[in-house]
Amino acid sequence: MDQSMKWTVVGQVEDIPRQGSRVVRTESGNIAVFRTAADEVFALEDRCPHLGGPLSQGIVHGKRVTCPLHNWVIELSSGEAAAPDEGCTGSIPVRVENGTVSLGLAGFRPGLGRGGCSHG
Amino acid sequence: MSTQQIGMGNHGMNSTAPRERLVVVGNGMAGIRTVEDLLAKAPGRYDITVFGAEPHPNYNRIMLSPVLAGEKTFDQIVLNTRAWYEENGIRLISGDRVESIDRAARTVTAVSGLTVGYDKLLLATGSNPFIIPVPGVDLPGVIGFRDLADVEAMLAASKSGRHAVVIGGGLLGLEAANGLNINGMTVTVIHLMDTIMERQLDSSAGTMLQRELEGRGLTFLTGANTAEIVGEGRVQAVRLKDGREIPADLVVLAVGIRPNMALGQSAGLECGRGIKVDDAMVTSDPDILAVGECVEHRGMTYGLVAPLFEMAKVAADRLAGGAEAAYAGSVTSTKLKVTGVDLFSAGDFTADKDCEDIVFRDASRGVYKRIVLKDNRVRGAVLYGDTKDGAWYFQMLKDGEDVTPVRDTLIFGQGFGGGEAANPKAAVAALADSAEICGCNGVCKGAIVKAIKEKGLTSVDEVRAHTKASASCGTCTPMVESVLAVTLGAAYAGEAKAKPMCKCTDRTHDEVRQAIKALGLKSIPDVMQRMEWKTADGCHSCRPALNFYLLAEWPGEYKDDYRSRYINERVHANIQKDGTYSVVPRMWGGVTTANELRAIADVVDKFAIPQVKVTGGQRIDLFGVKKEDLPAVWADLNAAGMVSGHAYAKGLRTVKTCVGSEWCRFGTQDSTGMGIKLERMTWGSWTPHKFKMAVSGCPRNCAEATIKDLGVVAVDSGWEIHVGGNGGIHVRATDFLVKVETEEEVLEYTGAYMQLYREEARYLERTAPWIERVGLDYVRTRIVDDPENRKALHARFLFSQTFSQDDPWAERASGGVDRHEFSALAQVG
Ligand code: SRM
Ligand SMILES: Cc1cc2nc3c(=O)[nH]c(=O)nc-3n(C[C@H](O)[C@H](O)[C@H](O)COP(=O)(O)OP(=O)(O)OC[C@H]3O[C@@H](n4cnc5c(N)ncnc54)[C@H](O)[C@@H]3O)c2cc1C
Ligand code: SF4
Ligand code: FES
Repeated sequence: MDQSMKWTVVGQVEDIPRQGSRVVRTESGNIAVFRTAADEVFALEDRCPHLGGPLSQGIVHGKRVTCPLHNWVIELSSGEAAAPDEGCTGSIPVRVENGTVSLGLAGFRPGLGRGGCSHG
Repeated sequence: MSTQQIGMGNHGMNSTAPRERLVVVGNGMAGIRTVEDLLAKAPGRYDITVFGAEPHPNYNRIMLSPVLAGEKTFDQIVLNTRAWYEENGIRLISGDRVESIDRAARTVTAVSGLTVGYDKLLLATGSNPFIIPVPGVDLPGVIGFRDLADVEAMLAASKSGRHAVVIGGGLLGLEAANGLNINGMTVTVIHLMDTIMERQLDSSAGTMLQRELEGRGLTFLTGANTAEIVGEGRVQAVRLKDGREIPADLVVLAVGIRPNMALGQSAGLECGRGIKVDDAMVTSDPDILAVGECVEHRGMTYGLVAPLFEMAKVAADRLAGGAEAAYAGSVTSTKLKVTGVDLFSAGDFTADKDCEDIVFRDASRGVYKRIVLKDNRVRGAVLYGDTKDGAWYFQMLKDGEDVTPVRDTLIFGQGFGGGEAANPKAAVAALADSAEICGCNGVCKGAIVKAIKEKGLTSVDEVRAHTKASASCGTCTPMVESVLAVTLGAAYAGEAKAKPMCKCTDRTHDEVRQAIKALGLKSIPDVMQRMEWKTADGCHSCRPALNFYLLAEWPGEYKDDYRSRYINERVHANIQKDGTYSVVPRMWGGVTTANELRAIADVVDKFAIPQVKVTGGQRIDLFGVKKEDLPAVWADLNAAGMVSGHAYAKGLRTVKTCVGSEWCRFGTQDSTGMGIKLERMTWGSWTPHKFKMAVSGCPRNCAEATIKDLGVVAVDSGWEIHVGGNGGIHVRATDFLVKVETEEEVLEYTGAYMQLYREEARYLERTAPWIERVGLDYVRTRIVDDPENRKALHARFLFSQTFSQDDPWAERASGGVDRHEFSALAQVG
């Protein structure tokens, strides 16, 4: 990952419920920050690639989240929809140090796939 | 007609000749198996009459344990329905005990006075529980564990009493104790020996089993000798020889069985420990045969079905006119049918100095295996925790096979070495045709493969129907499935059984529910662990279902897992397409007040709520509320006395009412008041899917009660209760359940019905498809015909309600619950 990345602290891992998510508000739209059962942290644009459902409100299982509106399943690490659905939402780089969560927000624009998004 | 009738016996009977009369005494497993075998060999040869003392058709007695444990219903264990007897022209006289045999006149006479003549008589009277000779055994509340009546008595006792004592820690005693424990009783097992099941297990395995069962809440008193059963008019306690007294509302005697030979004895047949038979299953009277637990053969008596079925085959052959088949005695193996406990034992494991002992222990996996060898031949085997090689060892034991070639790896089981130990199909593929798959019915692999190929079988059910494999205790079902898979290859479509819950598991909803109950599983990770989930933490489909099952099973004990709740149920509002929420306050029975309406209007103004709509459920919906405003909106509504309407819940939604007798010129009862009472009793409840009710004041039915999950329609003389309606995707009108007179009865039936639905329906199964699946008759038998059960269900419903009637809005608006849900983690830029 780009060493010169600028990191923005958004909170503590403890602030996010396990198997849950919290929202970070930005000028360019909401970001959903997820914490899995295994305490990994991921961040995605809070918009489902289907019809824009708020992914932060979904059920988190494994390294995936299920959209609350029509049950698309989205990979937390890449923002890709799991087959048979097709689509991708932007993913945001995350750094966790001593329990503090930072996001790499440089260049984050809603609808712009970042990070692992292969066709965004 | 002579015994040794010559000829084919098959279809060759001259239709004009009177048929020989066969009378069977004992409508149980061995007797009816003989009849089945006989019908296969010589259909139509006999005019058959079957007497059974029990009032039921033949059922799988082995499965009484799962019935007691709530894992199966009686209907599921019936082996031969009444229709079967009819189709085969068999006269079944059930509920009538044969009292005497007149061998000279060749007749039998039953208690009812009915006398029937025979040419051949088959005795299959089974056995009786052994009654220990201590004072008090005849007190009410002391029973055996032998037939359905015993199971019913135990279930009844578990409703009225708390303490059960099981005397005898053998197979039967432990299955009884486990079942009673599952039914909520505190169970103490009194066992004479120092370790339990000492006839089948060595002390290591016995101790492991005891630990496991203690972990489930059973108490064991080993080395304990019963002196007396005490009680006045009814059992109250069991006193031991050392003076200890254990309180008991129910005592189950499970210390052994005694062949039931009274009838044979009184008829003058030669008897020892049982009715004596020769290798052809013929008694000392050439026209009388005997099979099953009632017989003594070469000095042996048996108490498991496998040998009885072998006897049945021989007897059937003899009755069909054959002269060759002979019974030579059996070696038996044992499994314990307690869900979650894997236990296998066969042969003799009391090692003497000429024996070699191979022992394998893996404490962390809870596995223990011991093989006893003599002269390099398997003489006994005890397996605990991992029993998949039981059949293999048992086969070697019966064959007396020399194990020298595999001696070194014997203990690791059959699959060892090929790296295929984990693949049961490969293990089954490697079996010889002569290997036995079904121990109970003595069906070997070759016979199953042959049936599959010749008859084009494609499912376990079909294999069971054609070969009897897996038809008795059922533990070999996975092996039979593997044989199917190996034989059919890609053509095997798998079992068309109920679908797994989701792709995280192979288990069905029903299996999971039963396990939660039977194994006392109390958390989602626990269920996933024990039921071998294939994913680490499930998915959006199974987690909410598991959460519901646990909540329903352990009210007050299980803590709701909000992370496994769909968003609406997690934040107690309905998510909308734009990510905002809707808010629906409860309006009890559809009645509101100026104050409530004013408060709603104020909230709408204060939070600039874009739309207010009257719902189809007789209340008001506020659409477009921002998530972060929810707690404040709720606080204001709470302040005016309003609570959540649970418009989002898999639980009680609304109780619609019409105006009823208060105002309406046709009203017969106060339907509005009834509706409010129903809503007060049931609000806050969680159910498998949403649950809607309505109460109409007369049959004009303005509240549309007949398309609700439960609808009440008032009539002059009381209230009609209708169930299973649905106005959604597939409209279904309700079925009439019952008519009652009082409001109290309406409440009781409603609570009982909701509880039955909650306990037995699958998650996301609405009452309409549920009733279509289980049948209205079933619901009737559970709550209309059985007042005690209805009251118990209603009581369980009310008990659960004591934990769920807290307004979720208040908890979040002022109680600080889940605060993180309603605020952002951070604001950047
Ligand atoms: C608000 C309301 C429509 C209205 O504006 O009137 C409504 C709104 C929704 N209904 Fe409904 N139903 C509403 C009354 C009904 C009724 C009429 C009734 O209750 O008398 C029915 C038919 C009766 C029945 O259920 O048998 C009804 C049958 C359904 C169904 C089909 C259920 C079925 O078993 O086939 C669904 C889909 C589902 O549950 O899976 C559904 C699902 C929904 C959902 C939850 C759709 C969704 O998943 O988002 C809607 C949520 C709206 C919201 O956010 O508040 N709604 N829905 C009504 C709320 C009633 C209330 O006060 O709680
Ligand atoms: C709870 C339980 C669990 C068991 N688990 C297993 C297991 O896991 N594996 C296994 O192999 N075996 C098991 N068994 C044992 C197995 O059920 C019996 O071995 C088998 O049922 C015996 O068959 P039977 O036909 O000899 O007797 P039964 O099945 O008992 O049939 C005898 C029938 O004859 C009737 N009868 C008796 N006298 C008369 C009369 N004078 N007139 C008319 N009818 C009469 C009786 O009412 C009874 O219905 C279990 C038994 C019980 C009770
Ligand atoms: S009928 Fe129900 S589910 Fe369909 S749009 Fe209307 S409210 Fe939504
Ligand atoms: S908006 Fe996410 S699945 Fe439709």
